[in-house]
Amino acid sequence: MEFSIGFQGDNFVMLATDSAAVHSIVMFKQDHEKTIKLGSNTIMSITGQSGDTTQFGEYIQKNLQLYKIKNGYEMSTHGMANYTRKQLADALRSRGPYQVNSLIAGYDKNEGCGLYFMDYLASMMKVPFAAHGYGSYFVLSILDRWYRPDMTKEEAVTLLKRCMGELKTRFIVNLPAINVKFVDDEGIHELPPITESEYEKLTL
Amino acid sequence: MSIMSYNGGACIAMKGRNCIAIASDLRFGIQGQTVGMDFEKIFPMNDHLYLGLTGLASDILTVSERLEFHIKLYELRENRKISPKTFLSVLSNLLYEKRFGPYFIEPVIAGIDPKTRQPFIASCDLIGCPMEPEDFVVTGTCATQLYGMCEALWKPDMQPDELFECCSQALLNAVDRDAGSGWGAVVHIIEVGKVTTRRLKARMD
Repeated sequence: MEFSIGFQGDNFVMLATDSAAVHSIVMFKQDHEKTIKLGSNTIMSITGQSGDTTQFGEYIQKNLQLYKIKNGYEMSTHGMANYTRKQLADALRSRGPYQVNSLIAGYDKNEGCGLYFMDYLASMMKVPFAAHGYGSYFVLSILDRWYRPDMTKEEAVTLLKRCMGELKTRFIVNLPAINVKFVDDEGIHELPPITESEYEKLTL
Repeated sequence: MSIMSYNGGACIAMKGRNCIAIASDLRFGIQGQTVGMDFEKIFPMNDHLYLGLTGLASDILTVSERLEFHIKLYELRENRKISPKTFLSVLSNLLYEKRFGPYFIEPVIAGIDPKTRQPFIASCDLIGCPMEPEDFVVTGTCATQLYGMCEALWKPDMQPDELFECCSQALLNAVDRDAGSGWGAVVHIIEVGKVTTRRLKARMD
């Protein structure tokens, strides 16, 4: 039921996740943060088994921080994504695999913006847009049709609202709000959560 | 649901006259859903040795990374390029090490021997049983379709251009009959001293 989505725009990457923390039929928290900061210009959204998400997320975050302390500079986005993938792949055939799906969004001076899709089986791919969860079945086709690589931030938010509008119409699970973050050369920017009232109806 | 068909994919290698062709599709899917259309399954180990992998995407990445590590260390220690036959042994050994918990991949090797300049193709199963045929090797979710196409189209001693046509048509028409593969294709033609890479115009469904 957890949903996360990301797409690249004109020199930025946008990551959004739903904000519900659920256990069985109970919603523990409505404003749960599912994105963590990996560096000054990189964020990672983690969805999946609760517990694994926090453990894995914090493990990666702290180890990347250690890299920065040891070497004096942060890892590139590509490096962080590959490091995360390796940790996930090593854990896959061990006593305790992590059941987490993640999206890593980052900005590099050399490589520009990048979005990395990562599965719980540690398969990884650099993509222009991606989504995790049941919501992805609805949202990926909309992005195939309306996504453009040169979108502005406003157009990206509009497209995101339209995606959420589609989920509101066709997805049985109600997603009351989503947390949105942007990453660009100036760092990480957080938008106020987009609530249900702001979801837009998709028009042709 | 089989682990080998979870992500989908197809790979093919063919021998020609002093040249080889290796090709793969570009789909990365999660069961029925297509997630990426740019997932190349062919990895260059060095200028004249290419490795194609199909199966579980996570293991494709893990095995190609581990092999690249092995080969780089080999080249540093031995101060020479590895021969394809030796590479096949390295790969086979790496896979058999995990005999009772294998990597879910089926590899395909295409290379030109650095000393004898002879073309070489080979493939393994997921636990490293090597196979060195004289004509072509195929792996992937549409392996049966690929076998049929290759058997019909392949003939010995083809020149690079003819080999490219043969390999491309075999791959394209086979993946069109498989839901798990397709969404574009890439072909590498490897000759002595030259590698030509081409992306094919394919059905994007």
